[in-house]
Amino acid sequence: MQKQAIFQARLLPYVLVAPQLAIVLIFFYWPALQAVIQSFLLQDAFGLSTTFVWFENYLELFRDPSYFAAIVRTFFFSFAIAVSSLSFALLLAVMADKPLRGSILYRTLLIWPYAVAPPVVGVLWIFMLHPSLGVLSRYLRAMGVDWNPLLDGDQAAALIILAAAWKQISYNFLFFLAGLQAIPKSVLEAAAIDGARPMRRFWTVTFPLLSPTIFFLLVVNIVYAFFDTFGIIDTMTRGGPGTSTVTLVYKVYSDGLLGGNLGSSAAQSVILMVMVIVLTGIQFRFVERKVTY
Amino acid sequence: MVEEEGFRRYVAHIILWIGIAIVAFPVYIAIIASTQDNALIANGQMSLLPGGHFFEVYYQTIFVGTSGSTREPVGNMMLNSLVMALAIAIGKIAISIISAYAIVYFRFPFRMPIFWIIFITLMLPVEVRIYPTYKIVADLHMLDSYAGLSLPLIASATATLLFRQFFMTVPDELLEASRIDGAGPVRFFWDTLLPLSRTNMAALFVILFILGWNQYLWPLLITTRDDMQTIQVGIRKMITTTDALTEWPIVMATAVLAMLPPVFVVVVMQKLFVRGLVETEK
Repeated sequence: MQKQAIFQARLLPYVLVAPQLAIVLIFFYWPALQAVIQSFLLQDAFGLSTTFVWFENYLELFRDPSYFAAIVRTFFFSFAIAVSSLSFALLLAVMADKPLRGSILYRTLLIWPYAVAPPVVGVLWIFMLHPSLGVLSRYLRAMGVDWNPLLDGDQAAALIILAAAWKQISYNFLFFLAGLQAIPKSVLEAAAIDGARPMRRFWTVTFPLLSPTIFFLLVVNIVYAFFDTFGIIDTMTRGGPGTSTVTLVYKVYSDGLLGGNLGSSAAQSVILMVMVIVLTGIQFRFVERKVTY
Repeated sequence: MVEEEGFRRYVAHIILWIGIAIVAFPVYIAIIASTQDNALIANGQMSLLPGGHFFEVYYQTIFVGTSGSTREPVGNMMLNSLVMALAIAIGKIAISIISAYAIVYFRFPFRMPIFWIIFITLMLPVEVRIYPTYKIVADLHMLDSYAGLSLPLIASATATLLFRQFFMTVPDELLEASRIDGAGPVRFFWDTLLPLSRTNMAALFVILFILGWNQYLWPLLITTRDDMQTIQVGIRKMITTTDALTEWPIVMATAVLAMLPPVFVVVVMQKLFVRGLVETEK
């Protein structure tokens, strides 16, 4: 698609794209290229000499059980966060889609957590579920749960998933509500006339019609769980106890921070880049039907 | 609509209020904790009702900071966050709108390659290029500066796409009309296109401001001086690993202050927010 009415100018268009292009090349492409180059190099302990080692850094990573564990953990977190947040948000959206008194107020009261930053989410939840002073920990202990997410890896993971899913409810709710409102009421009425009860109407009419939204949100939630949970993890557990809450992004950060292995950190970045490309590709393939660029 | 018996409606109201309670509870606890005495909280004796230390805690948080070795007033952190968020939001909108203008309204060599170069940055989030970007920013002597905080995040493929899409829907007659009036490309942009884009820019600004204010990983890496910290980074540093030293009322007051601007924006500019969110995501 192209505009028919255009301007004629030689220099002006370049001047207009120059700022964006400069930032993109300096801060996006150059570092990404550096990461790719770096991932093929091995630096000695003092940073004095580097050798080209082909895929050695990558092979090293895949031989490392802790990296493999981080991959599995990241996918598990993503799945758990997406499923729990999506299902709760869908329930709320279905309720809010009904013609209720005060439905605008409900929407306002449910969407604001979108604006809470991940590190703040982490702080809020660790405070509530802190082993010694958390207000909810009291009840957990009263119920006989030996609650200590600072020592127990599984509990720490559960805490991260809970906090991350909580933050994402509002986003999912908003998109589900928009999706539900786009379903023509006549379809539901037709199903009702055919004698389908509300539950059945939901599963046979609403849910299938909502599937593009569900798929879109699934991808967005996975991307969120991959990247935006960094702030939550860093304030709540800092990857611990041990490495039980280290995700792929957290590992790039912490491995590079120790400064030990730049080649390995770069190789991890490149692997992440490939994952982002795949996820964005999927997202665009399925969303392009809705939009034309 | 189809039959909605009274009973089902009650259930819907109840489920929605439960949802709201779940969503609000952590924030309620934070607000309560920020009005209480630290000793009480540290003992695990925190009350679920407001305490009497509201003014004291917020005064200390905003103007003094924690009593630890790094006393950094949270007011200053908020200022840093504000400058960064505004720079990111305005910067992204400014450079995206002009590059989209060039791409839509001009034919020039390398037009499409340039478009693709911008588009592909979608796949290079800061998380996948942190250390090399850090090195470049360090080489440019931009550590601990507002430029370093904002510039590497300013490029925006989504904003460029959004403006491009919008410009495509602007009728060609407008351009022809202003050409008859003798307007060149700059005047057409300034007098016609920019006013038409106002709602789009506002919606985008709301989203980008929230995203900018909530940045964490990047400021964490490139700020070493305490007086350049953003509030998101500052709050993390207040939680000491040796628990006993954490001043929870101040931490919670900081959390409340960190939430306030973006939540305010979402609630007050809800229409623009929803529009911006839906448009930037497609």
